[in-house]
Amino acid sequence: MLLIDCPCCGLRPETEFRCGGQAHVARPATPADVTDKDWSEYLFVRENPRGVHAERWIHQHGCGRWFNALRDTVSDRFVETYPMGGDPKSTTTETRL
Amino acid sequence: MRRFSYRSLISEALNAHQGWQRQWRAPDPKPSYDVVIVGGGGHGLATAYYLASQHGITNVAVIEKGWIGGGNTGRNTTIIRSNYLYDESAGIYEHALKLWEGLSQELNYNVMFSQRGVLMLAHNVHDVQSFKRHVYANRLNGIDNEWLSTEECKAFCPPINISQDIRYPVMGGALQRRAGTARHDAVAWGYARGADSRGVDIIQNCEVKGIRRDASGAAVGVETTRGYIGAKRIGVVAAGNTSVVMQMAGVRMPLESYPLQALVSEPVKPCFPCVVMSNAVHAYLSQSDKGELVIGAGTDQYVSYSQQGGLHITNHTLDAICEMFPQFTRMKMLRSWGGVVDVTPDRSPIIGKTPVENLFVNCGWGTGGFKATPGSGHVFAHTLATGEPHEINAPFTLDRFRTGRLIDEAAAAAVAH
Repeated sequence: MLLIDCPCCGLRPETEFRCGGQAHVARPATPADVTDKDWSEYLFVRENPRGVHAERWIHQHGCGRWFNALRDTVSDRFVETYPMGGDPKSTTTETRL
Repeated sequence: MRRFSYRSLISEALNAHQGWQRQWRAPDPKPSYDVVIVGGGGHGLATAYYLASQHGITNVAVIEKGWIGGGNTGRNTTIIRSNYLYDESAGIYEHALKLWEGLSQELNYNVMFSQRGVLMLAHNVHDVQSFKRHVYANRLNGIDNEWLSTEECKAFCPPINISQDIRYPVMGGALQRRAGTARHDAVAWGYARGADSRGVDIIQNCEVKGIRRDASGAAVGVETTRGYIGAKRIGVVAAGNTSVVMQMAGVRMPLESYPLQALVSEPVKPCFPCVVMSNAVHAYLSQSDKGELVIGAGTDQYVSYSQQGGLHITNHTLDAICEMFPQFTRMKMLRSWGGVVDVTPDRSPIIGKTPVENLFVNCGWGTGGFKATPGSGHVFAHTLATGEPHEINAPFTLDRFRTGRLIDEAAAAAVAH
């Protein structure tokens, strides 16, 4: 089980959280103008990296707030957590932990 | 290839088993092949076997990062069934089940296919309605599936607790009698042996590091840890690592990779006659021929390549099993492990062409790929041999996520399957 650093509540066990999948997937501002290919990219295509991954989490059974996190998908270790709408301090291209 | 027969077993028994040969060679890679298959799991090896046996294409290499059958082929719970809801799914899984029925004879290798029946238990009104719909849909597709009452479930599988006092009482079940299990390692080994004997090179401990493309953008070969290998056609069958491999050719996939866990108990005498699946409470159970209970747990909620998952996931499954089968409450669990499964948005596989010429992909089998191994290899071999999909895998395009023609087995099954 992961130990997750909620920006609001501190370190809490994973069972209190839900993972919301890849972070920073922006909905096209004008969907009517988007091609089918781009729309399918938005809906379905994901980074799925073997390495550092930016993703959303919600502290469902705690403060109830969403936040973002960088996590290494090979070791499952969190690099950092940061607020929704913000940018991470480290970059997703940095080498694995 | 030396065939297994009654005579060869007797003569080797008298010879103290000194005369058995290696089942497949360990060749060095050639500079180029007609077809290079990336991934030496069951699906990749089956593809190579059918390329050689059905299409006469023997200048083929299977390139495997680790050892063959060491990924999800050796990590699954070996359940085989074909009772899927939609016509497209029924087509491919039933195609696979028919091949399973003759596989040991065809390969001259005992894959221990056992049609002991798969019973899917219903625990609420929605389950009952959904499973009955599956039964009717399956029958229209010529696939056996029948509805059992609670008492009939108990008669078919006596260990089930049908008390109405438990949290999720059994309200009946759907039984596919032709479904069952097989020996997972034997499937990889049997296909490897059959492919190798027809001239296919199985190259283990060789990791693909890149996919080379020419000026027109077409794929022409793979860069590996054992040097460059040219290929007229490349088939990527890399399961959980498919996104990583396809990224080497600049193709982004609609896939997410999750750890899926399984565990086995200490071996005990035969006490469990069939496979029982209970989607609502999330319990999957059968007994191997060795005597271990084989238990399938769920996926973790986050993308991961770690091949291990959270203990609370297996705990949840064991809670359900203890309630459903009280006789197992004091069983000791021996081992647990995880495999990395590649899941598509509609929980159906992707088998076919990619935007890159000469590059083909067979992926997205998610949490239920083992059962499809022969059918998947058979239709993917056709796709690689002819350049066009077989009619059975034609609906399972990568392009369906653009056109919207999804095969939404996620809604049909509601859970990992």
